[in-house]
Amino acid sequence: MTTQTNQATEIKSTTCYMCACRCGINVHLKNGEVKYIEGNPDHPLNKGVICAKGSSGIMKQYSPARLTQPLKRKANATRGEGKFEPITWDEAFDTLATRLKHIRETDPKKFGLFTGRDQMQALTGLFAKQFGTPNYAAHGGFCSVNMAAGMIYTIGGSFWEFGGPDLHHAKLFVMIGTAEDHHSNPLKIELGEFKRNGGRMIAINPVRTGYAAVADEWIPIRPGTDGALLLAITREIIEQGLYDRDFVVNYTNGPELVNMDPKSREYGMFLRFEVPLEEGCFDPQNKLWWDRELNKPISTHTPGADPFLTGEFKLKDGTPVKPSFQLLRERVESYTAEWAEGITGIPAATIKRLAHEMGITARDQKIELPIAWTDVWGNEHEHVVGNPVAFHAMRGLAAHSNGFQSIRALSILMSLLGTIDRPGGFRHKAPYPRPIPPCPKTPNKPEDVKPNTPLEGVPLGWPADPDDLFVDDKGEPVRIDKGFSWEYPLSVHGLMHNVITNAWRGDPYKLDTLLIFMANMAWNSSMNTSDVRDMLKDKDENGEYKIPFLVVCDAFHSEMTAFADLILPDTTYLERYDVMSMLDRPISEYDGPVDSVRIPILPVTGDCKPFQEVLIELGSRLKFPAFTDKDGKRKYRDYPDFIVNFETAPGSGIGFLSGWRGQNGQKTMRGEPNPNQWEQYAKNNCMHHHVMPKSYQYMRNWNAGYLQWAQSNGLTRHAEPINIHLYSEVLHKFRRAAQGISHGKQPPERLRKRVERFFDALPFYYEPLENEMINKQEFPLSALTQRPMAMYHSWDSQNAWLRQIHAHNYLHMHPSVGAKNGFDDGDWVWVESVHGRVRCQARFSQSVEPNTVWTWNAIGKASGAWALEKDANECQRGFLLNHIIGEELPNQPEGQHYSNSDPLTGQAAWFDVRVKVYRASDKEQGSTFPQFPTQPRYPGMAKPVGKWQTFIGGSGLFKNRFKGK
Amino acid sequence: MNPAFSVIFLTTLIGAGQGLFLALYTSEVYNSFGIVGGTSPSHMYATGILVVMLLMGLGLFASFFHLGRPERAWRAATMWRTSWLAREVIVLPAFTGAALVWGTLHYFGFDPVLVTNSAGTEFKLSLVVGFVAALLAFLLYLCTGMIYAAVKFIQEWATPLTVINYTLLGLSSGFMLAATLGGWYNSSITNTYVLWALVFTLLGFASRMIALRRNARIKRKTTICTALGVRHQKIRQISQGAMGGSFNTREFFHHQSPQFVHAVKVFFLIMTFIVPVTLVVIGWNNTLFSLLAAAAVVQYVGLLAERWFFFAQANHPQNLYYQAT
Amino acid sequence: MTQLALVIDLNVCVGCSACVTSCKEWNTSGEGGGGMVDMNPYGKDPTGTFFNRVQTFEVGEYPKTETVHFPKSCLHCEDPPCVPVCPTGASYKRKEDGIVLVDYDKCIGCKYCSWACPYGARELDAKQKVMKKCTLCVDRIYDTSLPEERRKPACVLACPTSARLFGDVHDPDSAVSVAIAERGGYQLQPEWGTRPANHYLPRRKNHANVDKEALHRIDNPLKKEEQRPAVSSELPSLDDFLF
Repeated sequence: MTTQTNQATEIKSTTCYMCACRCGINVHLKNGEVKYIEGNPDHPLNKGVICAKGSSGIMKQYSPARLTQPLKRKANATRGEGKFEPITWDEAFDTLATRLKHIRETDPKKFGLFTGRDQMQALTGLFAKQFGTPNYAAHGGFCSVNMAAGMIYTIGGSFWEFGGPDLHHAKLFVMIGTAEDHHSNPLKIELGEFKRNGGRMIAINPVRTGYAAVADEWIPIRPGTDGALLLAITREIIEQGLYDRDFVVNYTNGPELVNMDPKSREYGMFLRFEVPLEEGCFDPQNKLWWDRELNKPISTHTPGADPFLTGEFKLKDGTPVKPSFQLLRERVESYTAEWAEGITGIPAATIKRLAHEMGITARDQKIELPIAWTDVWGNEHEHVVGNPVAFHAMRGLAAHSNGFQSIRALSILMSLLGTIDRPGGFRHKAPYPRPIPPCPKTPNKPEDVKPNTPLEGVPLGWPADPDDLFVDDKGEPVRIDKGFSWEYPLSVHGLMHNVITNAWRGDPYKLDTLLIFMANMAWNSSMNTSDVRDMLKDKDENGEYKIPFLVVCDAFHSEMTAFADLILPDTTYLERYDVMSMLDRPISEYDGPVDSVRIPILPVTGDCKPFQEVLIELGSRLKFPAFTDKDGKRKYRDYPDFIVNFETAPGSGIGFLSGWRGQNGQKTMRGEPNPNQWEQYAKNNCMHHHVMPKSYQYMRNWNAGYLQWAQSNGLTRHAEPINIHLYSEVLHKFRRAAQGISHGKQPPERLRKRVERFFDALPFYYEPLENEMINKQEFPLSALTQRPMAMYHSWDSQNAWLRQIHAHNYLHMHPSVGAKNGFDDGDWVWVESVHGRVRCQARFSQSVEPNTVWTWNAIGKASGAWALEKDANECQRGFLLNHIIGEELPNQPEGQHYSNSDPLTGQAAWFDVRVKVYRASDKEQGSTFPQFPTQPRYPGMAKPVGKWQTFIGGSGLFKNRFKGK
Repeated sequence: MNPAFSVIFLTTLIGAGQGLFLALYTSEVYNSFGIVGGTSPSHMYATGILVVMLLMGLGLFASFFHLGRPERAWRAATMWRTSWLAREVIVLPAFTGAALVWGTLHYFGFDPVLVTNSAGTEFKLSLVVGFVAALLAFLLYLCTGMIYAAVKFIQEWATPLTVINYTLLGLSSGFMLAATLGGWYNSSITNTYVLWALVFTLLGFASRMIALRRNARIKRKTTICTALGVRHQKIRQISQGAMGGSFNTREFFHHQSPQFVHAVKVFFLIMTFIVPVTLVVIGWNNTLFSLLAAAAVVQYVGLLAERWFFFAQANHPQNLYYQAT
Repeated sequence: MTQLALVIDLNVCVGCSACVTSCKEWNTSGEGGGGMVDMNPYGKDPTGTFFNRVQTFEVGEYPKTETVHFPKSCLHCEDPPCVPVCPTGASYKRKEDGIVLVDYDKCIGCKYCSWACPYGARELDAKQKVMKKCTLCVDRIYDTSLPEERRKPACVLACPTSARLFGDVHDPDSAVSVAIAERGGYQLQPEWGTRPANHYLPRRKNHANVDKEALHRIDNPLKKEEQRPAVSSELPSLDDFLF
């Protein structure tokens, strides 16, 4: 929407990108310069509000840290020095295309493409697939893959992009392990409303900041022990009979019978009464219940049947069987509140009270919405029923090596309370729910990587059993990050945090070219940052870089760019087209699918080029089938053209955007390409929101109407029920393989024990892995990071307004830590882990659990980076904790390397790190350590700003900053 | 507060200037009414007024450094109905002008008798002009003091003692200068100046000590509880929203250690009161002019410290919002 | 008589600083302001002019700690101590709506008004050397070219949790007055009689209300799990003997 106001100001709509939330914004322009950015009142996500970052987008657009032309490393400069010379795009493309063509013709996996917090994984993934390399991932592996995998492998959906708490209906909201402001504006809007409506909020977190500040109750917990708490709550819920029996019976696999014959090959598997006619990625309805009335097995969901949830039964042939709920009950039997108190630090009485509060609220404050719906078994329901207990969780649970099982425990607790896709509980967002696990699979053998051929399968998929793993015949990884191997079988987002280390070591092999898009791997996106910086510039015995060719695409002067051989300058979000696609992570609402776009509202600065255009150009030059026609001629003029015309398969009618499809734009979700699709989005607040009928909005895992609609609109392949996996047979299949019981793929011997231990069909608590490998007495404290509300990771130290709010960071801790270790508030201290130490300034706080220290993430910067002056607070007083977090587990046997990650999913275990803190010497007071040589400015960057800066939108001073370079 | 040197110089310089004028005028009154024998040399008045002008001029000059927009200083008289600052801005030049007229009359010896009363006392023009100037001098002390005393929530300042101190310390430093001047001219009035200088210094000492004692015992009306509206014994700020500092952290707090502030207090008490009194007594008894001059200089240095302390000690309630740096 | 003001709900403020930067971006390009200066924008100790800041306080001791986020801007006092002290009349309070403003063209930068504000709500622009402060976005709240619901201060529109209400505190029926009345809205430093027009709404706690009785219910689902052992009719019984 473009409108003119009386002050010669033009207002254009687009989508924010100051964080990953993707709010609608209206940008006011005067004389071609941004004057004001406000929330778009007509946007479903943010409804007119905007956050601190969004309002500061102006200072990002005109940041002196912007790169404006392609650069190549000077011939005589070494990596990391930051000495570059400008080149043309032609030269950049020629260099790249020549190099990539050769790799693609010989061994495509020698090319790696890894991306940061971008929002174009559908395109980058397509590019990797078309190239034929499996070595592709985005940031998910070091972000929150445990949250995605743990929940999707349990309930078929997950928090944030794919689902969230329904605070509009909830009465009790429990936030556990959610840093500061996760899911920024949408959750803030709902939190405000929830509290005004008198809802009760409980925050379980080692630290009380951000959202936790406004909680009615704060329950501090020791980091990494959430699983223990959740299992103890689950035990109390079961033992008090506070679970929603109807829900568990009808919508979970709780009543389904599991073979308990230890001598049987089928031990631990569900009983099946027939082999399904059609193999597909869904749970066939061929399991059994034990009926209470008939006292014998009966097909699940038989009308009138009422199964036992507990007990032990014998089949006619003598096979002992148990409902999986019984197994869950047995599992949590020993997880008493008293047991959990010793682990979590939360009093047993509090744990029980929490369980009672959740259970009783769910049971006694039920919501009945007069919405009729039909389930997949043909039962008509007059109401949608909700148990108003909602949860939200994120990296606090996820970023531990026990996170997957903790999140399984959370998902199970939410399910026992009967809160899945119901009012007041957890609600899905399209395209979820999806089957458990979803259908897409990676290739599963080395031969699937072939020269000049697109990859067989997708680079990132959802293994459903060991045969889906991407390993060679010895069971060893094919991917550079060892994803989808026996080391991290369910690494559904890859392990970007190990790529550089693995490529440097040549384990499993060496790469030739590594293309990094907007990921700051030489700083805050890497673990073990100091060493990773050395690896990036390390040379082999021939004097060649161990990672031979490093390409970095970024809009800004990040630490990573200094290590590039070739820098491709990206645009800002205000200068580009983008899609938040249903093929990726759309911005859907609970009531239906929503996708959105960015439309450039400013011309491109300098020689910047959106990364999408780089991909389209390269894909065309390399003659990828998806980007060229039969004669090898370029198919798509540019990215906007690609978005309009690309279909997932010829004639599928499914493309990147779901709105205004069909020749005249009259179709939704599915339809022929519409040449005017961008114009339609532009006219409609840059988004498309399809509100489904009310009867499709709830209970979608089992909602016949919804599932059929989803199937017919291409959101899902099967209109089959998605029953909740209290008991995960999928996980058990990996254990069976490790035990040598199943016939398919087998783990290498060294990994059998590991896989057997962690692939438990039921959640269990274990200490974070690093704890087992270090002296916990020597390192008594857990160290955490979180992102402040006013900044998004490393993005905003270049932002003149936001950096005034967070110019540097402290290490926050309870005063008792200082008392025990002989230092005072404000002293400079060493914080040391088994991996190394950094120096920082201590800040005492009453809002942190005494065994925990924490700091804001990514405020500390390397000297000179992000165009900051060399005495800037960020590099002198700010610090980065990553230096002392290992990307690999410490103290492993010689030659063995395991990622410091969850052993199921490869989720980076950022928050497992344990430290000691002690006073720095008098000489060391006053500045941070480590320090790095000052990163110089590059050609094409704006001149240093100097002492004063006064922004007046429309004056043109800032717009012209990048001219006359 | 963060002491601003412009204001420190302004207040000490004009305070001394007013005091010096009042000393000069005192001798004229004494002369006119025959209280002390021997007339003062008229060029002592002229020289004195020259010094007064110098002090007032330097003070005014210093004051401009306090203003962000000195070119608009002329506007500052506008709100004399409500603002003590505006009143000061009016009274200061008025006093300076009157004192200048008084000095000019003396310089040119133009001093017609206006009235002679029954006792034969002559009321000359200069006596009347001087009276007006003297009134203005006192009014200026009031204005200067009230600028601070009127800020009711800076409790260290919000007391009549502020005005009294400004007046007494101004008189003290002025009479010290006058004593030096008298000594320079070897005038018999010097004794009077010295006597009054001692009286004002000792009175100033007394009132300043009372003020210090009072300020040490202030019961704060504003606490972090009323500042936030949160009732709790333990409230601690962890973020003030601007890590690189702000106007609020620069203007309202001196950023010095408590030890430094205490040292300044001891320093000013010694330099403003003890040393000058000692020097004056010795100098007076031994008719050592140099000691009188030294006393004036030492006291002025002491007053700079006193004024620094006056600002530093003032605890602005806004600082409750800016504890975390 | 109208008195416009903000009412800030500490019960929902999560401390995100949305109000801080939305204020900055609106007002730095505002009418006649000459911009809001930033000093050392990319260097050591960056500092600039802001009309509004969010601060954070910890109340109490672990584990009973409350973290209070506290936004603060000019409170538009009904009896503003900053106004009478201004020697030039640059600081003034508007009769028609009670907004306290600074006329930047008249301000001489003497800072006296900032001394006379107990709240620390005024900031001298470090470069332009005139005093600045919150204007309640006076340049947009009367802008009839805007839709009526957008004629509010930038901070109010930005606030994601709606922790900032805007309206006439003299109109007893306004949303702000109702909130103050119903929620115990209070003024900062009432002891000075400045009568700030802005009010704050206090934290409000919902406590766990678990009735032990609720744990003992006839419909406890565990009752359904009781298994009656299946007994065979072949077993001996009284029926074998009794007649």
